[in-house]
Amino acid sequence: MIYLIFAYFCASMIGITLMALTRKNPVHSVLWLLLLFLHIAVLYLFLNAEFLAVVQVIVYAGAILVMFLFTVFLLGAKELPKGKRYTDLPEGKALIGLSLTGVFIGAFSSITTAWKGKYTIEYIEKIGNTKALGVMLFNEYPLAVFLLGIILLIPMIAVAVIAWRAK
Amino acid sequence: MGQDALTQRYLPVLIVIIISFIIGFSMLLISRLIRPKRPYTLKLTPYECGIPSTEDTWERFNVKFYIVALVFVIFDVEIIFLYPWALVYKKIGFYALLEMYLFIFILLIGYFYAIGKKVFNWSKE
Repeated sequence: MIYLIFAYFCASMIGITLMALTRKNPVHSVLWLLLLFLHIAVLYLFLNAEFLAVVQVIVYAGAILVMFLFTVFLLGAKELPKGKRYTDLPEGKALIGLSLTGVFIGAFSSITTAWKGKYTIEYIEKIGNTKALGVMLFNEYPLAVFLLGIILLIPMIAVAVIAWRAK
Repeated sequence: MGQDALTQRYLPVLIVIIISFIIGFSMLLISRLIRPKRPYTLKLTPYECGIPSTEDTWERFNVKFYIVALVFVIFDVEIIFLYPWALVYKKIGFYALLEMYLFIFILLIGYFYAIGKKVFNWSKE
């Protein structure tokens, strides 16, 4: 049963991505992307990452997609330049392909599962996914929280710069 | 945690999704079946506050809308981190409170900087 559900989500994610890429209307693309984000959230559930699934729905499907939509509105998508883009050039294609391959190799060679260490699957199951994250984040990595605050501060400054340039 | 636990835990969610799809599509389908269909030009034009629409809808939006969306994303991410914090607050105590105060303080610096730069001032001057 679970393999059937997983197969459905994998197949439909590929289909949805293709739909999002091939739409003529960029707003339709964004709406297909919304469906894709919801499917990715279920994929996180398969990994037992429940908090990540909720983040996927609230932040990606809720907030970042709104930003995508406003980007489309901001560009006035009918005015998109029809000229050559760097992705049309063979050098550009090769560069993108090679860098993606590099990312995949890096990602797959550094996969570690949570069987060892303090935070085993049993421990996380016992105290709950979000709580385990909270204990780890606020007990052991307080510096990461501050860095996160600073990372979130940067777009705030970008906001001020955009507004200043718009005037 | 077996594989069955996942399906069991999220079965209610699946049922809610299926029921909402059925309700939504059946409403559209039933109304399509029983309503009369008499379209004419005036009826098919988009509604724009009762006045005839003047221009194409694909115009450029003001960057101010984008700024509001960006600020919404930033504070949405901030709220997300309040969830695990609220769950472990009792366990960690004062230290966690201090951390969250500092985290929000860093963000508030940016927020008041943006307000000081009159980012949210929409009046033309």
